[in-house]
Amino acid sequence: MRNLLAITDFSVKEIDELISVALDIEKHPKKYQEKCKHKKLATLFFEPSTRTRLSFESAMLSLGGSVLGFSDANSSSSSKGESLSDTIRVVSCYSDIIAMRHPKEGAPLVASKVSSVPIINAGDGGHNHPTQTLTDLLTIKKEKGRLDNFTIGFCGDLKFGRTVHSLIQALSRYTGIKIVLISPEELKLPDYVKKDVLEKNNMEYVETESLEKAMPELDILYMTRVQQERFFNEQDYLRLRDSYILDVEKLKNAKKDLNILHPLPRVNEISVEVDQDSRACYFKQVENGRLIRMALILKMLEDK
Amino acid sequence: MIIDPIKNGIVIDHIEAGKGKEIYNFLQLEDLICPVALIKNVPSKKNGKKDIIKIDEIIDIDMDVLGYITPEATVSIIKDGKIESKRKIALPQVVKNVIKCKNPRCITSVEQGIEHEFKLVDKENKTYRCVYCESKAND
Repeated sequence: MRNLLAITDFSVKEIDELISVALDIEKHPKKYQEKCKHKKLATLFFEPSTRTRLSFESAMLSLGGSVLGFSDANSSSSSKGESLSDTIRVVSCYSDIIAMRHPKEGAPLVASKVSSVPIINAGDGGHNHPTQTLTDLLTIKKEKGRLDNFTIGFCGDLKFGRTVHSLIQALSRYTGIKIVLISPEELKLPDYVKKDVLEKNNMEYVETESLEKAMPELDILYMTRVQQERFFNEQDYLRLRDSYILDVEKLKNAKKDLNILHPLPRVNEISVEVDQDSRACYFKQVENGRLIRMALILKMLEDK
Repeated sequence: MIIDPIKNGIVIDHIEAGKGKEIYNFLQLEDLICPVALIKNVPSKKNGKKDIIKIDEIIDIDMDVLGYITPEATVSIIKDGKIESKRKIALPQVVKNVIKCKNPRCITSVEQGIEHEFKLVDKENKTYRCVYCESKAND
């Protein structure tokens, strides 16, 4: 039985296969509309994330399956003090596959140890969010036609941004990728990611505090939100929130074929005027997320 | 200072100076009823000084605990006054329930009944990471 807890649980070959299936689903949706008939997906969201939950649910419904679950911990038995392990044991009797989000890091690993059905990590605290990474990879593949040989800039919260860590880890398995890390001092990429991922895999990378200076060389710009829930101190959050805002002015020096990605939700780090720019890909990512989750659910139910 | 040689028992030698008490506690040697000696700051040619633990009984020793705390140590089994076997300790690949994850965002901080498990990720620098949240041990 397969689980997806971190992006590295899948090989490059398996990710390529998922991307191929996602692209085929996009072309031939009818072919897939009953592939999961009579199958149930449980979406267990111990912390709210409407976007990710709806993406999973929409994916399962598009495959002809059904969904059940809860959208925050208060509406589950964990509010009565039930352990995560017990909740998973119970829910795995009701469903064929589980997608879970939990505020605590490593919660999906605990779940996978007691579950009788596959577990998909839909985000665990500041740790992993592999389906967002799959979404990002599919978006890059569709926009650039390849997953190697480009320069990608990561901008904003690189310290707590799990989507950034996961995507860097995923890209470390492809060749010819240069990483530009754009962040304030307080939100720099943690040393262990630099050491264990970038340096270990001999990836070329530079760090800068200036989005404007980095802009001309970027093929892809990955913007992130400075998330309030990752801060213990509100003052720190307010001080750093507006550090890096992408607007039309900053895009003047950008390449014509730049792709702007963002895991969403956006607060103010990308001005709404940028939405009209053909280089903005963040709303395309939403649809790609549904497609890749469909491919993932199919694969995991087939491997079960 | 003279400590009688043991006839049947265990000698844990070459313990990093100052770590003897920690090992004594982790191995729960205070629960034993046989004689146990913890000798601190013994002169050592290799490291200047070391700690030694002598246990006057052959008991099961958790080598992973020892290896994590003091990988340079040796464990000798004494039978009939002679060394029957001498084993060098190594850094364990995995340590379970020896250290606790200090990351307040880790699932181990709230979920009851799960093992605190750390994996060796960098032998050279003796770096262990929590298998759940990947935080470094002792960070």
